[in-house]
Amino acid sequence: MIPAAFDYKRAGSSEEAVALIAEYGDEAKFLAGGHSLLPMMKLRLAVPTVLVDIGRVGDLSYIDDRDDHIAIGALATHRSLETSELLITECPILAHVASKVGDPQVRHRGTIGGSLAHSDPASDLPAAVLALGGSLMAQGPNGEREVQVSDFFTGYFESALSDDEMLTEIRMPKAPGDSWNYQKFNRRAQDWAIVGVAAVQVQGTTQVSLVNMGSTPLRAAAVEAALAGGASAVEAAEQAAEGTDAPTDLNASPEYRAHLARVLTRRALEAAGIS
Amino acid sequence: MNAEVSHEIVLNVNGEVKRFSAPARRLLSDALRGDLGLTGTHVGCEHGVCGCCTVLIDNQPVRSCLTFAIAAQDRKIRTVEGLADADGELHPVQAAFKECHALQCGFCTPGFLMTATALLEQRPNPDEEEITEALAGNLCRCTGYQNIRSAIGHAIELMQSDI
Ligand SMILES: Cc1cc2nc3c(=O)[nH]c(=O)nc-3n(C[C@H](O)[C@H](O)[C@H](O)COP(=O)(O)OP(=O)(O)OC[C@H]3O[C@@H](n4cnc5c(N)ncnc54)[C@H](O)[C@@H]3O)c2cc1C
Ligand code: FES
Ligand code: FES
Repeated sequence: MIPAAFDYKRAGSSEEAVALIAEYGDEAKFLAGGHSLLPMMKLRLAVPTVLVDIGRVGDLSYIDDRDDHIAIGALATHRSLETSELLITECPILAHVASKVGDPQVRHRGTIGGSLAHSDPASDLPAAVLALGGSLMAQGPNGEREVQVSDFFTGYFESALSDDEMLTEIRMPKAPGDSWNYQKFNRRAQDWAIVGVAAVQVQGTTQVSLVNMGSTPLRAAAVEAALAGGASAVEAAEQAAEGTDAPTDLNASPEYRAHLARVLTRRALEAAGIS
Repeated sequence: MNAEVSHEIVLNVNGEVKRFSAPARRLLSDALRGDLGLTGTHVGCEHGVCGCCTVLIDNQPVRSCLTFAIAAQDRKIRTVEGLADADGELHPVQAAFKECHALQCGFCTPGFLMTATALLEQRPNPDEEEITEALAGNLCRCTGYQNIRSAIGHAIELMQSDI
């Protein structure tokens, strides 16, 4: 399987990348790890005429302690998240979720920025980031802007980024300690989740998100409200499929997914010690 | 569309600098096999699922069917051809696969060898769980995996007795 022909430009910095994308217009795309883009290009689901390779923008692979939050460069690989001592200590759920993406070969190439920009509702990191909250930095022709994570996922494979904007940084709140859990339900080691649930306590509030239960990753708002109102984990988890719109595919019907969402939410809350 | 542009691509493969010209869409797997004649790297699914195209880039296992050759320039690429010594002596991981019958048809083997080599370079003494996790991205239709796991255990012994 060979992708359609394209022109290749390598960017040395995010400024250069944004300038190149502006120059080549909406037929151009950023290339990060390529682990979502290449499969799509092989199937002609994506046919960009220009690829701007940002894989070498080395100064965007950092994971930094910024006192009240952690800043992650968009080109940090899943592997670097998984093994980051800083994340393991200050935001362990993110390191753990990164370790559940695909398999080692995928994690060595795939980037957090690529995963978020791709906005696949079945992906792990978008849901983890949504559970944590925080914000994302995007750079475009007119400079930089900050987007709240809660406003970022706008539709099926769609984000708040415009075509000429590059995601540069992910800012996550610290969530140290053991009050978190990620349940990923799949049949084979490297697969995407049939349904997944992330639960994490951020500054005393329990935040829960769902993988593959709609056209975007979703916050389980009804579960969160029930917990805030004093419900037990078991009671709150019963609300997990409220307001979702689960897809149907070879793996599962919407009803089965709704069932999984309830069961996995209960397991996640219990494992996180939230009861 | 105009005629496709060819790029001068320079790859560092198994310590040797290789030059060829190819369009940007040339996959690393096809470049290794077609442009450089290194057919030890196999191509199975071409969709990033089977892992038999695994090579090491900067010592990490990656799928060469999901990497453009042009994007792998200036990186250190290692393929199965680079495992044995110049005089043909097998790498301990290869010797262990041979001794433990860790292959039948052999199609998946180059990928497993590269994945296992990287694992043992990073973790000379992996536990069972680390071995399972390291191999999660490589599929084998023949062996049922048990002999592959035994081979990794044996490779650890061979590497330790080498020192
Ligand atoms: C076999 C296999 C199994 C996988 N399993 C899982 C899994 O279990 N869970 C999971 O979550 N994911 C899985 N993935 C997907 C993987 O995590 C991808 O790496 C990730 O989704 C995309 O990151 P990337 O860096 O490869 O992005 P790319 O493929 O390079 O880019 C993806 C899209 O985002 C755009 N983009 C990339 N970076 C930026 C940026 N900084 N700013 C703006 N736009 C950008 C690109 O233009 C493109 O449209 C799997 C992939 C494979 C091949
Ligand atoms: S050929 Fe690359 S993963 Fe199957
Ligand atoms: S030995 Fe035949 S596929 Fe592994």
